[in-house]
Amino acid sequence: MPASCNQVVFFEKGLLVDSEHGNPDKGVINLTVMVEKKVKRKDRHPPVDKLLKMYREMLTIRAFEERAGELYASGAMPGLVHLYSGQEAVAVGVCAALNTDDYIASHHRGHGHCIAKGARVDLMFAELLGRLPGYCRGKGGSMHIADPLTGNLGTTGIVGGGIPIATGAALSSKLRRTTQVGVCFFGDGALNQGILFETMNLASIWKLPVILVCENNLYGEFTASDTVTAGKQYTSRGQAFSIPSKEVDGMDVLAVHQVADEAVRKARAGKGPTFFVCNTYRFKGHHAGDQKQSYKREQETEEWTRKDPIPRLSQWLLSKKLVDRSILSKIEEEVEALVQEGLEFAQNAPEPGPDELMKHVYAE
Amino acid sequence: MTEMNYAEALVDGLYISMDSDPRVSLIGRHVLGLSPLRYLMERIRDAFADRILNPPVSEAGIASLGVGAAMAGARPFVDIATASFVFEAWPQVVNEAANAHHMSGGQFTVPVVFHMLHGLRGGGSAQHSHSPQAMLWNCPGLEIVLPSSPRDVKGLIRTAVKSDNPTVFIVHSKLFTLKGDVPEGDYEIPFGQADIKREGGDVTVVATSLVVQKALEAANALSQEGIEVEVVDPRTIVPLDKEAILRSVAKTGRLVVADECNLSCGVASEIAAIVAEYAFESLKAPILRVARPDVPVSFSAPLEDYITPTPEKITAAVRKVLG
Repeated sequence: MPASCNQVVFFEKGLLVDSEHGNPDKGVINLTVMVEKKVKRKDRHPPVDKLLKMYREMLTIRAFEERAGELYASGAMPGLVHLYSGQEAVAVGVCAALNTDDYIASHHRGHGHCIAKGARVDLMFAELLGRLPGYCRGKGGSMHIADPLTGNLGTTGIVGGGIPIATGAALSSKLRRTTQVGVCFFGDGALNQGILFETMNLASIWKLPVILVCENNLYGEFTASDTVTAGKQYTSRGQAFSIPSKEVDGMDVLAVHQVADEAVRKARAGKGPTFFVCNTYRFKGHHAGDQKQSYKREQETEEWTRKDPIPRLSQWLLSKKLVDRSILSKIEEEVEALVQEGLEFAQNAPEPGPDELMKHVYAE
Repeated sequence: MTEMNYAEALVDGLYISMDSDPRVSLIGRHVLGLSPLRYLMERIRDAFADRILNPPVSEAGIASLGVGAAMAGARPFVDIATASFVFEAWPQVVNEAANAHHMSGGQFTVPVVFHMLHGLRGGGSAQHSHSPQAMLWNCPGLEIVLPSSPRDVKGLIRTAVKSDNPTVFIVHSKLFTLKGDVPEGDYEIPFGQADIKREGGDVTVVATSLVVQKALEAANALSQEGIEVEVVDPRTIVPLDKEAILRSVAKTGRLVVADECNLSCGVASEIAAIVAEYAFESLKAPILRVARPDVPVSFSAPLEDYITPTPEKITAAVRKVLG
């Protein structure tokens, strides 16, 4: 075996494009190098502090959603909550590629995106409970959390509603000549909303710095998406508008992050939009009251639970000897304490009075 | 002071808006629809080409991108063109733009302008002839502007662009050639300030947009018979200058409300309800509304004429409230 077997080579679309050890013209390819390269690609990972931040954020989302589900079950909270448990890798992987002043827009299953973008759990709990110190002074609730300081344009209760809003923010960035980007998170349900197609068309013709992230968790409410979504592949929807479109393992935070990072760099460089579909799964029901989840196929939840992104990351970190178990345990404790503190803050927070009703109908 | 027509005044106000604030952008390059006066927009297209986007036929798309852009530091002027097309963008206007400030607890403002041309335009038929302002009035969070004269359209467009609220700016193509005195340079007309277009002591006629001009025609004709009509033009229905309307009714005791919406739940209906509630003691006769009958608009010209609010219909209503 040649001594320089470990030489880094690059593959694009399965073709050998640069190598000291193989010459495609002469049909010589060093298979050992090919195998090693595949492994090396995955080794290009973010720095450890960033990885630990991702771990912390995913844990925070999971803990927050657990508490939110309990609040719903206890009757303490008005309205509905749509829990993100299981999908954490998407919110965290994408937001890890963004700056504070980049924009996101999300939807009814949006707590994860808010937290990953930097929202505080105490103010989020307060908003879920409709209390005055909540992000929206209790006037938005779970489905309408917004936080301008972290570029969070808001979650919307309308499927697909946030897609053009984030794209509009990207338009604003282009008009103002900044390098800010916009990210819209939406589900497989939104793949059939007309506004997605209008937005894709506009984003494409105007080369807007927007990243369109579809979280395919297999169900639009209680309906299996593949039974109501025409077209062979979901990515075709982006390709129809000449938008580079990919599919990603949505249970792998590093895979999501890599794709998101590439898309963000492209957008900042003025190269326009990207669309990617993250294959993921919600461990809970459509909303917290959907306990039986009878529409889910048998064994499905167990299958997907085995792909849980949180232990997947911790196991990977440990196997690569990037961190000690004790560091992870410390983070786990801190998250629990933070979330518990946040919940107590919200439970003791005052409710808005009737004078709050007429405020903010119009800007002063 | 200079004389210009409504279209020139609109373009002048829009030009000043884009010139004075680099955040103002235009989504849709036409603004004046299919009017023969649409060449007036050329100077804006020449001066601000880098801030003008030429969109596909995608009203929901441009309206919602306008909302998102407005939430993120831009001040877009979105041309919906024919008012009937706002229905394509309806959820964006009423469920996103109108709600964002309130449901974010005041954290976001949406300084977008939605511009449209409403009403019976002559052969527009059922699908191009809507006056959606009353429907929009029922969606809290929007400002709704109905300029009726060259001086008003220029001053109000300045206020609309400067407003931090989502503003629906509704003009009428049949007003474009109307000439009037317009102050030169930059000026603003505040929202919620009605204009007494004509003073009179016998009957109050509240009217909006093109129908203001019809009311003035009716008033001039009635003046020959010694009947003096006071024409009150709210200029903006949201915010509405209720006090100006009530003051006028307190003076005359008789009210006709005339506008171009369909009768049921139209602008005239709401104004009538307000006056009935707050000025009942002043009224010497029931309130009459002049509006379009509740029918889809027919194509045929005589049928369109039949449903159009005219000076004659306003005159007839005035005579009726006088008894």
